[in-house]
Amino acid sequence: MVASDSPTPRRRNRKTALTALSAALVMLGLGYASVPLYRMFCQATGYGGTTQRVDEAQAATVKDSGRTISIRFDANVERNMPWQFKPLQRTDTVSIGARDMALFWAKNTSGKTVTGTASFNVEPEQAARYFNKIQCFCFTEQTLKPGEEVRMPVLYYIDPAILDDPDNKDVQQITLSYTFHVTSTQDNSGGDAKTLDRTQAGG
Amino acid sequence: MATTADHFQAHSEEHGHHDHEHKPAFFARWFMSTNHKDIGTMYLIFAIIAGIVGGAFSGMMRVELAHPGIQYLDTFARWFGAVNPDFNTTLHTWNVLITAHGLIMVFFMVMPAMIGGFGNWFVPLMIGAPDMAFPRMNNISFWMTVAGFFSLLCSAFVPGGTGNGAGTGWTVYAPLSTSGSPGPAVDFGIFALHLAGAGSIMGAINFITTILNMRAPGMTLHKMPLFVWSMLVTAFLLLLSLPVLAAAVTMLLTDRNFGTTFFDASGGGDPILYQHLFWFFGHPEVYIMILPGFGMISQIVSTFSKKPVFGYLGMAYAMVAIGVVGFIVWAHHMYATGLSVNTKMYFTAATMVIAVPTGIKIFSWVATMWGGSVEFKSPMVWALGFIFLFTVGGVTGVVLANGGVDDVMHDTYYVVAHFHYVLSLGAVTALFAGFYYWFPKMSGKMHSEFLAHVHFVIFFIGVNMIFFPMHFLGLQGMPRRYPDYAEAYEYWNHIATIGYMVMATSLVVWFINIIYAYAAGKKAEDNYWGEGATTLEWTLSSPPPFHQFETLPVIGETAHH
Repeated sequence: MVASDSPTPRRRNRKTALTALSAALVMLGLGYASVPLYRMFCQATGYGGTTQRVDEAQAATVKDSGRTISIRFDANVERNMPWQFKPLQRTDTVSIGARDMALFWAKNTSGKTVTGTASFNVEPEQAARYFNKIQCFCFTEQTLKPGEEVRMPVLYYIDPAILDDPDNKDVQQITLSYTFHVTSTQDNSGGDAKTLDRTQAGG
Repeated sequence: MATTADHFQAHSEEHGHHDHEHKPAFFARWFMSTNHKDIGTMYLIFAIIAGIVGGAFSGMMRVELAHPGIQYLDTFARWFGAVNPDFNTTLHTWNVLITAHGLIMVFFMVMPAMIGGFGNWFVPLMIGAPDMAFPRMNNISFWMTVAGFFSLLCSAFVPGGTGNGAGTGWTVYAPLSTSGSPGPAVDFGIFALHLAGAGSIMGAINFITTILNMRAPGMTLHKMPLFVWSMLVTAFLLLLSLPVLAAAVTMLLTDRNFGTTFFDASGGGDPILYQHLFWFFGHPEVYIMILPGFGMISQIVSTFSKKPVFGYLGMAYAMVAIGVVGFIVWAHHMYATGLSVNTKMYFTAATMVIAVPTGIKIFSWVATMWGGSVEFKSPMVWALGFIFLFTVGGVTGVVLANGGVDDVMHDTYYVVAHFHYVLSLGAVTALFAGFYYWFPKMSGKMHSEFLAHVHFVIFFIGVNMIFFPMHFLGLQGMPRRYPDYAEAYEYWNHIATIGYMVMATSLVVWFINIIYAYAAGKKAEDNYWGEGATTLEWTLSSPPPFHQFETLPVIGETAHH
């Protein structure tokens, strides 16, 4: 080995190897950093059908454009979640720029208290960046006692900028979809409801 | 090639003066090895064993696919330890087979053979270095790869959800790999990826250090043989892509076992993110598997055309370009996940750009042969086979690069045909070319040229019979990853299964050839390919001394390219 003859090549090798190792560690770090970066990217661009969240002050600045668009509502629950969940209106025709309220209804059909969180999605996805929610039951967890029913509002408007976007020229209806997932079940049995039952799922 | 060894004559006389051939005893030599040639040999033997296992899995799949209906899966499920498997367990066995075949061939056959095997053997020899920069790290890289392989084999015999074994596909997509596969099998599979990945990262650091710091005096980067260039680019791809895979599968592991929700929508995660991370690794990975092959083919075409490679610098930087662009095209594997039209347009265009440096390479190989004194020795025949097959696979790749076309082709046998043409027919053909090129150098024994040609002809017919019909099946809409199919697809599936048997026969010829070489093969000369072989390994004896280049060779200014 030449490297052992004199210290210089050995030190040089070590330096190169450490530089390479740190490049690998940076990539490893970027792998993890991709999780928050991906979320920020989705929120900023509406990528993957991610809707926008705005506060009252921002919402107050938007003007009604006078043009209308149809909104369709869709509601689902995760497999094996003991809730019924549906929109109280299938479609709504709204004026672009004007705020509107949609109501959803949920009922806990099980004998125990269940807390759920709703994930959301907009289709077609290029419309997502113009779909602004001022208030939504999906911002927080919802807890329903055994047999309890609830009506949940979504306050939203469509940004008039959608009218100037060529990618949205052919969009006549936007679908807003929610899926409820179990966050936790309060009386014991931990994540039981969340684990998929393979005997049923396999068939 | 880029370098000539005219200025390096002293070595073969010189090594007689020292006790170079002092080798450690068996256990210390092979289990605690720090010798790049011994480690390279172990990698090659390991790759052959893993290739037989992975090839056996593909044989099990082909026999099941010979006719419509489920014929053999039930038996296979019992082999993996299922007692009276029900229908779902039987079908799960299919998923285990495709998963194991993919992971074994990628991580435990092609990569160990290309990088660990030929890379370890010939990078130090070609740059005039006595060994790799970190011989002990070289050893641990190898044994981690072996441990990873055993971890993967273990996974086949423990529960993985619907039955024994990990049935996630080699991509390990969430949520099938998280909530969809309870039981330890997928964890074993993830550990296998961790071990093989860590081993490869250490190997990559070793190659980068060796190539950057330990070249013989006078060998500038622009005089390095193209095989060394290909290994340098490959090592950088490994270094930058494998940690991303490590992060992604570690997140899978915590999602599975520790309640995190990186890829679970119910906790605010997104399974699509896993696909992005996987393919950010996965696409460079396909170039990791083929670039060393490019390097070997360049050496071989130059040797048997008795000319330096046409456009040496263009060839070297084409590989660099393929490596760089390979990092920004990953989402072409995800056209069916609901990408926007603009995103698809970008990834379509970026993907097609890769055809340019690849075309430069194909052109330069042909231009090297043009006007050369071409000799059809076995490595050259395999290299010509590679150029043809890889071009076919490349052309179907350009078809699939189109986001719109891929909406139709995604997850059909057309895709299977495409990636087997570049890997099973491309990378493996390059491996055999390299094998016949260097086997006498490594073993000191000449193989039979006749058997090597027979091996090539049968293999070439066999693999084309397997995979060419898959283009038709894919265009007719046959989906991937199912053990059963509509009767309309039977004709070409049957042909493909016969092709598998033809291909398997060619491997018998190969093994006979190896046995022949050791039993009756002539002793190999230092430079048995003659004047076309100009790189430094041909200045050494065959096999090379246990320690070489204690006096560094000096590469002259007149080295031509």
